[in-house]
Amino acid sequence: MKKTLIDLIDITKSFDGACVLDELNLSIRENEFLTLLGPSGCGKTTTLRILGGFVTPDQGQVIFDGQDITNVPPNKRNLNTVFQKYALFPHMTVEENIAFGMKISGKSDAYIKDKIQYALKLVNLEGFEKRKPTLLSGGQQQRIAIARAIVNEPKVLLLDEPLGALDLKLRQDMQYELIRLKNELGITFVYVTHDQEEALTMSDTVVVMNQGYIQQMGTPEQIYNEPENAFVADFIGDSNIIDATMIQDELVEILGVKFPCVDKGFGCNTPVDVVIRPEDLILAAPGEGRMDGTVTHVIFKGVHYEMEVLANGFEWLIQSTRSYPVGTKVSLNVDPYNIQIMNKPASEDEKAVAIDE
Amino acid sequence: MKRSKVSFLEKSYVGLIFFLLYAPILILIGCSFNASKSRVVWGGFTLDWYITLFQNEEVISAVKTSLLLTFSAALLATLIGTLACIGITVMKKKSQQGILTVTNIPMLNADIVTGIAIMLLFTRFWNLGFFSMLAAHVTLGVPYVILNVLPKLNQTSRIIYDAAMDLGASPVYAFIKVVLPDIMPGIFSGFLLAFTISLDDFVITYFTKGAGMNTISTMIYQQARRGINPEMYALSTILFLVILMVLWIVNRITASKPQESRD
Repeated sequence: MKKTLIDLIDITKSFDGACVLDELNLSIRENEFLTLLGPSGCGKTTTLRILGGFVTPDQGQVIFDGQDITNVPPNKRNLNTVFQKYALFPHMTVEENIAFGMKISGKSDAYIKDKIQYALKLVNLEGFEKRKPTLLSGGQQQRIAIARAIVNEPKVLLLDEPLGALDLKLRQDMQYELIRLKNELGITFVYVTHDQEEALTMSDTVVVMNQGYIQQMGTPEQIYNEPENAFVADFIGDSNIIDATMIQDELVEILGVKFPCVDKGFGCNTPVDVVIRPEDLILAAPGEGRMDGTVTHVIFKGVHYEMEVLANGFEWLIQSTRSYPVGTKVSLNVDPYNIQIMNKPASEDEKAVAIDE
Repeated sequence: MKRSKVSFLEKSYVGLIFFLLYAPILILIGCSFNASKSRVVWGGFTLDWYITLFQNEEVISAVKTSLLLTFSAALLATLIGTLACIGITVMKKKSQQGILTVTNIPMLNADIVTGIAIMLLFTRFWNLGFFSMLAAHVTLGVPYVILNVLPKLNQTSRIIYDAAMDLGASPVYAFIKVVLPDIMPGIFSGFLLAFTISLDDFVITYFTKGAGMNTISTMIYQQARRGINPEMYALSTILFLVILMVLWIVNRITASKPQESRD
């Protein structure tokens, strides 16, 4: 286990009476790529701004490397931010932008010059020293913003939806760039995004947030395969979320049909939520599976077909490389380990959240 | 061709409007080069009025007062207005609107009301003189500075200010190094506008000036009452050209937007 670098303890923050973060606790380890993932307004950006020092929490502490930095201003913190809209200084050249932080910390001219070369090489923009940022493309500006941050050798790099303004292809390229950068620099990345694919691709740890609460924290695999509640299941990828009853250990009843599963410890005849990923549903000839139904929609998505099948009163979302024409009678089956059982939401609040999304 | 007919009509209409707008000033400029003292007879071209103008003690003293007053008033107004803008941007939306309404009053209020009000204030609590004129002109200029600087202090300024702080800059350093250069065009055009407003103001100056003191506009007014002298045409022409030039510069600054990034 790596050493803990940052501890957020009981962080609470309201803006104009609206509670954005409620007693949030979060530990960030050294050399970790941690992503705060959630819909807009979930408190992820506020959390990042608290880390950066731009927002002071109403309550709680920020511990950085063993020291309480809750009230330390941004310019005295050993971390740097890559802002959503790049925030390059428009009247300075690329070179002057990158040198800005180092000049303040009083580095020698030779050091600054070397560092600029190194940083530009790292982000693949050699020869751009004398350009004005306003004349660069969005992707280039973003890479300059990253260069400007990392030359200060921060222990942590905060990234606030840095790829949000880029087009799909560029975004995918930049995702690989960021992973490479993180490995080369060996520093902690805290990344904020609402894009679940981005979060799954790059992170060591994903923190799913909603309405100021952490919904689930874990590796991308855990978050995707074992969502702890309906919100997480729904927010991360496509899913079928169904009301069900846990008959006993390893047996769940979904829409009147009993399915074997691998989960235990929910008790007998307990109402639960069940998540089945669309790619985990297996289509077969009528009567061969556990539940018969009719195909109602088919869409070609490139890598697979996406179908909707009406069975036992529920529209199942299914992804398969084989397509069945609309109106075909089919049956559904699912492997026991692909059925994810979740506790019902404890409060009405949590439930409303899941339906909203 | 139908199209060219329409275009001809459009052009002559615009031409007519501009002619009506500028004819009086063209006549004034013409008179300033007229050798004859008469306003209706052309007595040949001369530069005499311009030459005697600058030998006239009264005129020189008025020009000096005007320049000193206008320059210091514009400078002070720019300083106060820019600081006000910084304050306004960090306010809540509602207070922002309230403050902007208040700061616009000197601009919308009848000059004569502002002039008399300031005169009353100074005669009651102090006395009229250069300082009262300066205070009045600063009041006049501040709204124009705010009007020019505030739109420049937008979201971008806030983000780059944060970015500078993030890179270790102190708040003051961040402001001077990053925000100030970004809003400089607004500050400069605000200064120039405050300058022209102050230079060509007559009403407020007339009420707030001290005895025996004259700016260009109040002096022209006094001369005109005695029977206008062609020297005043010359002075008015110079004043017009100076203000025209300043406004042209302001337009150039506000029209030249930074190039958009090519995404």
